[in-house]
Formats: sequence, C-alpha cells, structure tokens
Amino acid sequence: MTALPDEVTDDLRTHFDDTIDRGRRIEPRDWMPDAYRATMIRQIAQHAHSEIIGMQPEGNWITRAPSLRRKAILLAKVQDEAGHGMYLYSAAETLGADRADLTDRLLHGRQKYSSIFNYPTLTYADVGVIGWLVDGAAICNQVPLCRSSYGPYARAMVRICKEESFHQRQGYELLMTMMRGSVAQRAMVQDATNRFWWPSLMMFGPPDDQSPNTAQSMAWGIKRHTNDELRQRFVDMTVPQADKLGVSLPDPDLKWDAERGHYDFGPVDWDEFMAVVKGNGPCNAQRIERRKAAHEDGAWVRDAACAHAAKAAAREKAQAA
Amino acid sequence: MMAETQTEDQVRSDWPLYEVFLRGKRGLNHVHVGSLHAADAQMALRHARDLYTRRNEGVSIWVVAARDITASSPDEKDPFFAPSGDKVYRHPTFYDIPADVPHM
Repeated sequence: MTALPDEVTDDLRTHFDDTIDRGRRIEPRDWMPDAYRATMIRQIAQHAHSEIIGMQPEGNWITRAPSLRRKAILLAKVQDEAGHGMYLYSAAETLGADRADLTDRLLHGRQKYSSIFNYPTLTYADVGVIGWLVDGAAICNQVPLCRSSYGPYARAMVRICKEESFHQRQGYELLMTMMRGSVAQRAMVQDATNRFWWPSLMMFGPPDDQSPNTAQSMAWGIKRHTNDELRQRFVDMTVPQADKLGVSLPDPDLKWDAERGHYDFGPVDWDEFMAVVKGNGPCNAQRIERRKAAHEDGAWVRDAACAHAAKAAAREKAQAA
Repeated sequence: MMAETQTEDQVRSDWPLYEVFLRGKRGLNHVHVGSLHAADAQMALRHARDLYTRRNEGVSIWVVAARDITASSPDEKDPFFAPSGDKVYRHPTFYDIPADVPHM
C-alpha cells in the first residue's frame, strides 16, 4: 500500500472510528488501520481453520454411524462445517488475504485453530456431545459476532449461526435417544460429557485478566463480550439442559448462586489449555497430518480441473474463430 | 504436463475467484452472497450450488469472475455519489400538500 500523507490518514482514521462508533459496518474496500486488517484476517482465518479441522473428529464416525438416519445427519453436519470454512475463507479474502496462503499457514502451524478439535472422539456419544456442548459453546461465541463491525464476517456469521442451530439440536436429540437406551449407552453419554465439559469451557479463551487483546477488540467492535462473560452465559444455559438429559457435569463446585443470579463453577485447568494450544494435545499432530494428506491427495484433482478448464476455453476460442 | 512446469503456487492461483449471486425465490432480485474459487464458470456454478444452497436458499444462481467486476469506491464520502446528495426535490417529502387533500 502506498504511504499517504499524515493528514489524509488522520481524516480516514476519523471516518473509520466514526463508522464504528455509529454501529455501522466496515466494508471490504474501506480504508482501515493496518492493525484492524491484520487482526480481522487472523480472527477470520483461525475461525475458518477451526471449521475445516472440526470436520475430522466427527468425520471419524461417518462410516460407523449406527443407522442410515444418523449417517445422513452426520454427513450433512460435516458438510456444513466445510461450508462454514468456505464462507469464512471467502470473507478473509475480501481483506486481501490469499486462500492458498491461509491453507499453507494452517498446514505449517503458523496459524491456529480451536483447541477443542485436538481431543479424540472415542464413541458415538461423542458425536452427540460435540453437537450439544461444543456447538453450543460455538453458538454462544458466534451469535454476538453476527454484529461484528466487519461486514463480510458478520454476514458469514449470520449464515453460520442459522446452520449451527441444527448442529446443536441433532446432538441433543442423539443424546436423549441414547439416554433412553441401555445402561451401557447412558454410561457412554456420561463419559463423553465428562471428557468434553472442561475443554468446552476452554473454548471461550483465557480468563479476562489474561486476555490482553480484549480491550482493543471490543473498541473495534470485533468482539462484543469478554471471554468470562460468554463462558458464564454458556454454563448458565447448559446446566438445565444437563439436568433434563439426566447427566451430571463433572464439576463438584457447580452450584446456583442466587445472589449473582448465575451458576458458580470450579477453576478451569489453564495449564491443560496452554499445553493443547502449544501443540501438545492428544490429537494435534494427527489433525494436521490428516489435513496435509487431504491437501496433497487432492492435488491431482485441482490440476485436472485446471487442465479441463484450459481445454474447454481453447475449444471455445477455436469455435469462435 | 501443466502441473510439472509450474510451481505449486501458480497451479493454485489458477483457480480464479468467482462472486456468487442468488435469487432466493421468484419475484426477488439476485443478491450477492459470497465468493468461491473454481477452475471455470461451470465448476463455479456447481460449487455455488453446494456451498450456498444446501437448504433451498436459491432458485437461480449467477457466478461472475471477480476480475470482471468494476466497482465504485465504497466510501460514502466519495464525491461519486455527491450528484444525488443535493436533489431533495426528487423525493415526495419535498412537496408540502395540505393534509385534507385525499389520496396523495
């Protein structure tokens, strides 16, 4: 980008700040501070990567779904995750990012994805619990992002949130079905809940006093609530759902606080969170390896499509001549 | 082989960007919904169907190569839109009509 004289930049910056203050959207070709652009690209790309990597834990069970009905649902859900990734890469590209470059960054560990997808899916109950808890937490995080100050991201989030509602409901229905089943099936649901509860709380990110970028992100209108606010909201929503389902949440400190009007909950293990973020979760290596393999195995398809397009264009040109 | 004479980056950038427009139902205009990459326009149409109409969101799709779009500057302070700014007489509210004139 060519450097502008300071007074021009000041004028543009005032206009940018004013647009955000008035609750209006920033659109792709608007002037924006470099830091806003870089932060948006990083936020959207990490979100896109999470959707793409998020296909794997559940995709793991497609061939072993217990019925055709469950298989069709799971296929549709995993296809949605791919779609969400594509909406988001598309939004990132409006900021000047290059999709192939973003994929490279993911494959080489230079951009991250949500740590939740580094946990394994051990039984079919995990498919239900991911829909209920992981997608439930994602909805908590994402609904406020429908009002993000960056227009293309906000619009992508509107589409995504509509579709996430199906994800959460199919998961909860799956779990209700299992809870009406055998003792072993109920035990599977409880086990899956035990394993995913704490990682789901970690999805909201570090506590507010350890989240240095929150203030700037809130000023820019790209974050609407703090991590702790959203985490509390998720706990408050989820406890009655767990009761209704008949599972317990693995936290001895979980109890209603009438004074606060919220559920109190125990401390999250942030050491575990940091370890997973740094690459030492149970499945980090496997997830990236699988994504790399899919990318490399697909290379011939991309090449073939290019060759076909070139031939078709040449034929059309010859006919026109 | 094309692929062997090009670097990986060149091959990838060979899939151009297409902007996607959907008609939600009969009686509505096509509306921009996003973009995608495809080797050619036919493939872009198929990808657009899979990506943007998984739940009956459209009855018609347009795809347009992004490089073929000419756009105005989006900035509302741009003088490009100034000509319509001072023509209040183009709006019905510019004209004072007594309240007792019917059907106006």
